[in-house]
Amino acid sequence: MKAVQLQAVQQWYGNMQVLWDLNLELAEGEVLGLFGHNGAGKTTTMKLILGLLRAGSGTVRVLGSEPSHPDVREQLGYLPENVIFYPQLTGRETLYHFARLKHAARKQADDLLSQVGLDSAAERRVKTYSKGMRQRLGLAQALLGAPRLLLLDEPTVGLDPIATQDLYQLVDQLRQRGTSIILCSHVLPGVEPHIDRAAILTQGRMRAIGTLAELRRAADLPVRIRALGQGMSEFESQYRQHGGYTRRNLTHQGIEVSVRADKKLPVLREMLSQDGLTDIDIQQPSLEELYRFFMEKSPHDWEKPTLDSEEISSDSEKSSLNSELSSVDAPTGGVLV
Amino acid sequence: MNQIVNIARKELNDALRNRWLLAISLLFAVLAVGIAWFGAAASGQVGFSSIPATVASLASLATFLIPLISLLMAYDAIVGEDENGTLLLLLTYPVSRGQILLGKFLGQGLVLAVATLLGFGSAGLAIGLLVADVDMTLLTWALGRFMLSSILLGLVFLGFAYLLSSQVAEKSRAAGLALGLWFLFVLVFDLALLGVLVVSEGKFNPELLPWLLLFNPTDVYRLINLSGFEASGSATGIMTLGGDFAGSGWILWGVFAVWVALPLLLAYVVFRRRIV
Repeated sequence: MKAVQLQAVQQWYGNMQVLWDLNLELAEGEVLGLFGHNGAGKTTTMKLILGLLRAGSGTVRVLGSEPSHPDVREQLGYLPENVIFYPQLTGRETLYHFARLKHAARKQADDLLSQVGLDSAAERRVKTYSKGMRQRLGLAQALLGAPRLLLLDEPTVGLDPIATQDLYQLVDQLRQRGTSIILCSHVLPGVEPHIDRAAILTQGRMRAIGTLAELRRAADLPVRIRALGQGMSEFESQYRQHGGYTRRNLTHQGIEVSVRADKKLPVLREMLSQDGLTDIDIQQPSLEELYRFFMEKSPHDWEKPTLDSEEISSDSEKSSLNSELSSVDAPTGGVLV
Repeated sequence: MNQIVNIARKELNDALRNRWLLAISLLFAVLAVGIAWFGAAASGQVGFSSIPATVASLASLATFLIPLISLLMAYDAIVGEDENGTLLLLLTYPVSRGQILLGKFLGQGLVLAVATLLGFGSAGLAIGLLVADVDMTLLTWALGRFMLSSILLGLVFLGFAYLLSSQVAEKSRAAGLALGLWFLFVLVFDLALLGVLVVSEGKFNPELLPWLLLFNPTDVYRLINLSGFEASGSATGIMTLGGDFAGSGWILWGVFAVWVALPLLLAYVVFRRRIV
């Protein structure tokens, strides 16, 4: 059973269409990063999964049922982007209230409070809490019961770097226990190692979805290689005529070469055989760069989505990659949309 | 059912926490005692005059006060939770919108009921103990009826408050509308009715007028509390129109019950459509 299944979902607010033909699947125990700019449709997608909105067309299934089904809600945790809670209640009272509504034990509420580091502030009223403390209270609230699906909307907003690391560790632990998680955000710093797949939404359309490796292949962004050492300044690759190849000298007897991913290993071999090499540093395209690529690639496609395939087939290298990608088992594999 | 109790429990706790319950109870007690002892001051007397006069004065004052308290207590019930982000959260819990609404109604209704019983009840107790040869049966009956109808009046306006609160997007707007609604029912309605009477110069079917009073829950409340006393002379102003209902108490209670249910039902319809 899939934790989340969205098929051909379209959504309107009044006359304005906010989601176009959205397909999304989340397996159990999978962590998906859902990225997009403001107004890209992230929150709408979340609300559809939470059953707060009914899909204009298409189907939404969560844990095998209708998302608004009470049994589903019993197994669902949600951290909203902005929640002020009840200012007059203390942190502990707030969590007890939500625990009762989710049929969770008080003991668990107490444990969660210490787990998110609110032990010392638990008896203070929530109105005295900082944004980060409310965020932690929200996280504790989302973990009440035994959620099989967690939706975290901008979970790291207001958290300091250590609390952010704690959050990611928690995500890892939960994934190991089989909890499915959707992390929804603008690009999150440092999130790459903690997500299985990334989905990039712009203007209500899914621009790309897949593992980071799949997205890298689809984007085909250059890999940056820095080679340091005496004599590297004379280095010249035989692949310099290939597309995407750039080379520049660094100040300290070294060079930085950008190559397409498929020429990465050949160029590396050339460098390794060069005399006087002391160090090599390889930088894969980061999530931020991928995000930027898929965001910027699309503007004119939004009006004419059919152009997408033509544009890709104009580049023979890309089209072969693309067919290779679409042969990866369809829903979970990386697919350029 | 359990979830309704859970929501109600929080409302009850809130009312204890912010001392609403205490404040309303005290206000009611002070008011009732004050009216019982000084209600006849205008006619040059100080001290307890009579049960019908006391209850009539109490009812006139409560007509203004109870709707205001209800509206103040509940105008932000839905829109306030929405602004705090907790409504969004609650709706992702295994709680239905109907349960949220009923839970709040139960919780805040209980607060009103307890405050009414504590406040007016203690005043009644004071009258019973301190006033010599008072008719205890009449006092119990009149005050009991007054307290029951006061609770129901409170519930009517809780329903109205939820209706407004479910409709609007901002708390301040709900507050404004609540004030408007209060104005409409406790002042404008009766004035408009009197105006119709005057302007129509008797051409208006007089049979119809008493029935028009039923369209205002505060008038129904006053009719209930003014009827049944032998000396009906305490009815003044527009209330004299209601003389026809003197013998038909059950109709009034029935209409009152409809008034309790109607705004709440409407609130549910509006709340269900609310986009969070």
